Amino acid sequence: MRLNERSQLPLVAGISLRYALTYAVLMLLGALFLIPFLWMLSVSLQDAQGMFALPFRWIPDRPRWENYGAALSAVPFGRYLFNTSVITASVLCLTLFSCTLVAYGFSRLRFPGRDMLFAVCISTMMLPGQVTMIPLYMAYARLGWVDTYLPLIVPSLFGSPFYIFLLRQFFLTIFREYDEAALLDGAGRLRIYWSIVLPLARPAIATVTLFCFIGTWNDFFGPLIYLNSPEKATLTLGLNMLKSQVIGSGSVQWHILMAASVLVMLPNIIVFFLAQKQFIRGIQIGGLRG
Amino acid sequence: MRRTLEGYLFVSPWLAGFILLTAGPMIASLYISGTSWTMLSPPVWVGAQNYARLLGDDHRFGLSLLNTLTYVALAVPLGLAVSLLLALLLNRRIPGRGLFRTLFFLPSITNLVAVSLLWMWILNPEYGLLNGALRMAGIDGPLWFQSERWAKPALIIMSLWGTGGTMIVFLAALQGIPGELYEAADLDGAGAFSKFVHITLPMISPAFLFNLIVGIIGSSQVFTQAYVMTGSAEPGTEGGPNNATLFVVLYLYKKAFQEFSMGYAASIAWVLFFLMLVATVLQMKLARRWVYYEAGEQ
Repeated sequence: MRLNERSQLPLVAGISLRYALTYAVLMLLGALFLIPFLWMLSVSLQDAQGMFALPFRWIPDRPRWENYGAALSAVPFGRYLFNTSVITASVLCLTLFSCTLVAYGFSRLRFPGRDMLFAVCISTMMLPGQVTMIPLYMAYARLGWVDTYLPLIVPSLFGSPFYIFLLRQFFLTIFREYDEAALLDGAGRLRIYWSIVLPLARPAIATVTLFCFIGTWNDFFGPLIYLNSPEKATLTLGLNMLKSQVIGSGSVQWHILMAASVLVMLPNIIVFFLAQKQFIRGIQIGGLRG
Repeated sequence: MRRTLEGYLFVSPWLAGFILLTAGPMIASLYISGTSWTMLSPPVWVGAQNYARLLGDDHRFGLSLLNTLTYVALAVPLGLAVSLLLALLLNRRIPGRGLFRTLFFLPSITNLVAVSLLWMWILNPEYGLLNGALRMAGIDGPLWFQSERWAKPALIIMSLWGTGGTMIVFLAALQGIPGELYEAADLDGAGAFSKFVHITLPMISPAFLFNLIVGIIGSSQVFTQAYVMTGSAEPGTEGGPNNATLFVVLYLYKKAFQEFSMGYAASIAWVLFFLMLVATVLQMKLARRWVYYEAGEQ
């Protein structure tokens, strides 16, 4: 940021040349990042011949919006949207509840073994999920939970180390004097957690909400191994089923597949544009202090 | 005493989860990896046999390990280089910076299955965007996912498109460098390259280490792309031409959920975990030589 404040000294021509160069490279890279999205949109609006036209015509004569209707009726997308929303909403509520409580304990209470436990909590972030996946699957199978949403939802009741870590980092920045004053007034810890810390921690909670939303909404592996019945599938799983259906039938309806992909991506893109700042802050906290 | 109780009560959700969902399953997983267990019949204790078979006879596992190593060795450095370049470009106060940042960041948070389908079509040998562009340049593009040789490079190209998160970490580190350092270097007459090597790189080295470790851990577990892009409609065909994209986690998935060899799959998970642990510890050790921490931090 401060790079160019200092370069205000001499050489105006040299600076504008450097700017021109920066812009040229940015434009080129920006195009490389943007074109796949545009291509997806363009293919999703082609007719069955247009996709195969050589050379490809980016703007079809008549955009086929009906491809989106075809995508929506090829698999029960409404059903999948509902399933995904149920899972995501449940996971979000439980995650926010458990992670804020735990983060409060780790950041604002003193008790023997706290720092050791927190270190353990952080180190489990490094553990690849595959190590615990098989016994967990077998345990859920024994409980009769396979092909239900329980294996996807219940674990969030116990918090997730990364979110606990993010929230704790933020809670540490809230003045401890607030707690002391409230304690003197006779408030209990839960009261302090609920009425003082949570309202002040809104930005951190927003960040965790976003990460959790994106992570759950887009999860593929969990639904893949736990859900068998087609009608219970999530959007991500449904999209993969549509792909198998399209490729398996030997047809080449990639315009329909691209329309479906656009529909599945859309909630991500909307949420991202609404809340880009929270994402960036979360990654910065994770990356700089992690 | 009361404070201790309160403290433990607040962290009890995590503590219970740690015991039920992490520590307990880890022990169980270690036990399972020593058995032959198909879930249909009771487990049979076989000791270290799974590991012996895995590391001795199973050439498909060896291949999956080699594939994963190749992928990590290419995707991680390239991803670091691209995201550092993007971060350096965005670290200038220029109009439109926010727009570019959004654009570079967006692919990394979009649905990976949808992204995989998109790239399957972009990399379609005949009608895909990339080979179309290459054709205009007079180059006959490769077969990408249909070729043993080009399937991994195809996945790596796609991974570079999703490197936005890494870029944000670099950008934050760059913005944290005090401007005085560059001013002092200017007074000493340092050139741009020298400033980059002697100020920028050391100052962002902690972020570099973080991205390196997260990158290695993340790409060692590559699964979804390979599962979606390189399998046909028939279950069991995932893994690409001649198993070119059979990665460790994909192999584990097949063993566990297509063949129901739970014991064998658990031993794969432990070998993967062990290798990732070695890689991480090694990076941390090596890091002492090249990561610069300011006084006061540790």
